[in-house]
Amino acid sequence: MTEDNYNKNTPWQDLTPGGDIYTAGNAMEFKTGDWRSVRPVFLSEKCKQCGLCFPVCPDNAIPVGKDQKRTDFNYDYCKGCGVCAKTCPFGAIEMKEEGV
Amino acid sequence: MPYNLKEIIAEKPVRFTAGHRMCAGCGCPPAMRMILRALHPEDHAVVSVATGCMEVSTFIYPYTSWTDSFIHTAFECSAATMSGVEAAYQSMKKQGKLPQDKNTKFLAFGGDGGTYDIGLQSLSGAMERGHDMVYVCYDNGAYMNTGIQRSSATPHFADTTTSPAGKVIPGKMQPRKDLTEILEAHHLPYVAQTIGVNNFKDLYEKAEKAIYTEGPTFLNVLAPCPRGWGYPTDMLMQINKLAIDTCYWPLYEIENGVYKITYKPAKKLPIEEFLKPQKRFKHLFQPGNEWMIEAFQKEVDDRWEKLLQLEKATSEPNAEAK
Ligand SMILES: Cc1ncc(C[n+]2csc(CCOP(=O)(O)OP(=O)(O)O)c2C)c(N)n1
Ligand code: SF4
Ligand SMILES: [Mg+2]
Repeated sequence: MTEDNYNKNTPWQDLTPGGDIYTAGNAMEFKTGDWRSVRPVFLSEKCKQCGLCFPVCPDNAIPVGKDQKRTDFNYDYCKGCGVCAKTCPFGAIEMKEEGV
Repeated sequence: MPYNLKEIIAEKPVRFTAGHRMCAGCGCPPAMRMILRALHPEDHAVVSVATGCMEVSTFIYPYTSWTDSFIHTAFECSAATMSGVEAAYQSMKKQGKLPQDKNTKFLAFGGDGGTYDIGLQSLSGAMERGHDMVYVCYDNGAYMNTGIQRSSATPHFADTTTSPAGKVIPGKMQPRKDLTEILEAHHLPYVAQTIGVNNFKDLYEKAEKAIYTEGPTFLNVLAPCPRGWGYPTDMLMQINKLAIDTCYWPLYEIENGVYKITYKPAKKLPIEEFLKPQKRFKHLFQPGNEWMIEAFQKEVDDRWEKLLQLEKATSEPNAEAK
């Protein structure tokens, strides 16, 4: 049974019994990036990889590799809250209005 | 092992994913994600969240942000649900129906409404019965998911939709309930109050202790809500820092009755610093309302002083002298 193709017109008879969800963490298929009205811009040359922004993103949109270094934002999920920009001590994240 | 933030983020799996529908800048997801990171990667967890933002926005059919087993539960019974799961697990393990070499951990979550208020008796019951589980309260200081109604965790004088500040009342008329102390009165092996701040060390280490201390344990986590508190969404980490530097939200833990304050600000800031950025306290800064700030400050000072006394009274040398 898969819940992958459900939409709001799916009749209840076709839903999983009990409304169970079988795929762990499948919210990743739901992109929240289109909520954003301001966008964080990562200025990698200013980043000292101090790690302070790694845990603060509510939407886990700051990818950190096995080398313990961050890379550019994951805009599929970033909602543009700006917490990371305010946290960075080195000014390596700038908030810019979307579509400007 | 000394705490290493970068290593933890790089190595330990994300057990609370992106794609959830919590508001931009909400203080809950970073704190909850870090708590789950404290699980040993090889351990499985069962999570239940009482109805509230963290529940209705993270498990919207057919999507889930949780990578462990997750159970929807009603507003008042996150602790009861999880205690039943834990009891069933222990029984099945004893009967040999579950693998002996695998570990499952049990985590119940609830908002302040679901914990300080309506879920209090089910929490108290689960803790008293001694289930091997952690209860985590994420305290955002009101019933946020239904539109910012006051709870017993809402701070004194805060403007909410059911304690509107105006000519008739000065915002919420009562001071906050102290839930962490109520849990300590259950004589649990581990009780702690924490927050996500700086490199999240305090939060992670307390979560790890709570999860891996046998028996019922409790964490109270302050989780700011930009909607309900009325501060700009980007200020989360600054608000968290002000909460601990003003001693509004003291960081401490109680292990088998022994209190330890885990952060004592070098310079305790006046409470105005914490109140000022938040719209829910705007009226406190109007001329004629100075008494509210004074009363608030006194409450914070009295509680902090009492905590210092408790730490002193229960510290090891004293305990031995008894
Ligand atoms: C018995 C019952 N009463 C009322 C509700 C409606 N309700 C759902 S969530 C909620 C508020 C939750 O507040 P809190 O626990 O503080 O979590 P938050 O939304 O702030 O994260 C209320 C009143 C309910 N689901 N069940
Ligand atoms: S209403 Fe507040 S607590 Fe709820 S998701 Fe939004 S910011 Fe978070
Ligand atoms: Mg709440």
